[in-house]
Amino acid sequence: MYKLNDYEILRNEPLTDAVWRMVLAGDTQYITASGQFVDIALEGRFLRRPISVCDYDAATLTLVYKVVGDGTEQMSRMRAGERLELLTGLGNGFSIGEEVRRPLLLGGGVGVPPLYNLAKRLLAGGLPVQVVLGFNTASEVFFADEFRALGCDVTVATADGSLGVRGFVTTAIAERQPDFDYFYACGPLPMLRALSEAVEQDGQLSFEERMGCGFGACMGCSCKTKQGSKRICKEGPVLAKGEVIW
Amino acid sequence: MIDTSVILSGLRLDNPVIPASGTFGYGNEFREFYDINILGSFSFKGTTREARFGNPTPRIAECTQGMINAVGLQNPGIDRVIAEELPRLRSFFHKPVIANISGFSVEEYAYCCERIDREEQVGLIEVNVSCPNVRHGGMSFGTSPEAAAEVTRAVKAVTTKPVYIKLSPNVTDIVAIARACEEAGADGLCLVNTMLGMRIDLRRRRPVIANTMGGFSGPAIFPVAVRMVYQVAKACSVPVIGCGGVRSARDVIEMMMAGATAVEVGAANLVNPYASKEIVEALPVEMERLGIERLSDIIGAVE
Repeated sequence: MYKLNDYEILRNEPLTDAVWRMVLAGDTQYITASGQFVDIALEGRFLRRPISVCDYDAATLTLVYKVVGDGTEQMSRMRAGERLELLTGLGNGFSIGEEVRRPLLLGGGVGVPPLYNLAKRLLAGGLPVQVVLGFNTASEVFFADEFRALGCDVTVATADGSLGVRGFVTTAIAERQPDFDYFYACGPLPMLRALSEAVEQDGQLSFEERMGCGFGACMGCSCKTKQGSKRICKEGPVLAKGEVIW
Repeated sequence: MIDTSVILSGLRLDNPVIPASGTFGYGNEFREFYDINILGSFSFKGTTREARFGNPTPRIAECTQGMINAVGLQNPGIDRVIAEELPRLRSFFHKPVIANISGFSVEEYAYCCERIDREEQVGLIEVNVSCPNVRHGGMSFGTSPEAAAEVTRAVKAVTTKPVYIKLSPNVTDIVAIARACEEAGADGLCLVNTMLGMRIDLRRRRPVIANTMGGFSGPAIFPVAVRMVYQVAKACSVPVIGCGGVRSARDVIEMMMAGATAVEVGAANLVNPYASKEIVEALPVEMERLGIERLSDIIGAVE
């Protein structure tokens, strides 16, 4: 179930040169799972912008987004007090299976944010949470401290070696050999594919695609899976490792 | 007393507002937002004989006041539409639906229309002739008067329900094609489908859409649609369903003044899921403001 509503911007601040955090106040009752997304209407832009929910509580939601085009650039210029119209509660989000004991969270770049609320939920369920975050370079790293503050065991990898493990998320797994029985991942397609091949354990992966509507009507974001065609916006963005066709 | 009803070839609609094919699925996604029984009707997702995944992604690109899609007729195929989608639709939509049918050969059009014609909930068949004809080098049926007429004749021969041909705007003379369909027995016409467009990713120096080109829709094409509806309605005597860039009750009225009997709302549904509902609700208000008592009185009223 989802809903169209108005939200007030409480804060909008840069975390790195390109990544911003926006905190919005408004109705969050339709957000039911970590890893769901919202679809944001922007003045003068025809299509909405789908952005994953980083965190939420009863009255606020936090979006962490990367400025990659005109729309997100426009978002970064918005100030506290301004309002946005959002469709919330979109997508399936991550599901937390009862059998998971030692989860590993894997985030690459702007794929990191939706793992934050998931980490909170897993910790609240009494599980130890290990997190591996991958970035290009030290200046692009964000949220490592936020995950540490929650109580997660955090490993950072940078492609150029300027911070933490030199290499990708998969390099960090190979080097550190974390003990885990299930993984949750969000990041660029090459990362998802590489780790899906490198890791024996089962897990869930959150995908990205260009969308028209965000709620399953236009069929713009369909992808083929072993269980037939799925809409990234509706039956996704989270797919089980076993159903993905690479 | 304000009267918003219109009649399409004997099919009475409470109002002329019809979500356009490809923007409304088989109705299911929108029932989570509102009771879709307030609509005049809706035109379901373009359906073909076989199930289709469609084109590779990305298949959506944003434009100024519009969007390009190259979905490529993704649909579950006529068998599953009849076995699964229509029974489910019956549970929450209690009005006749418009069946949008596509094909890649004249035989496929005839086969699908004959099957869907037997379905009780289908009130009208809308035939999309913008698809490529695989037997003739992939040229769209809708770009040639002869090919469009051939499809029309084949479909009319196997159906009992009103048949409306949905025309492509990507032609030199839409009136010639409209006339050819009318002469071949079409009960009505629907225009326009999307306009062929393209966007380029400047960093990658590649088309945004994996399929290179796609159908451009949205408010930007509204004036083109109004012009074509005007030309066709003047030249033909069958009813016209206007389509293209409609996003408000005022747009609906403008399209009707140009000659449309009913009006489809497309891309607007995708950016505001309540768009069609809001248009239905705004219609009586706009009519009152403009001194229109009976909406059907303004069809082709432009002087």
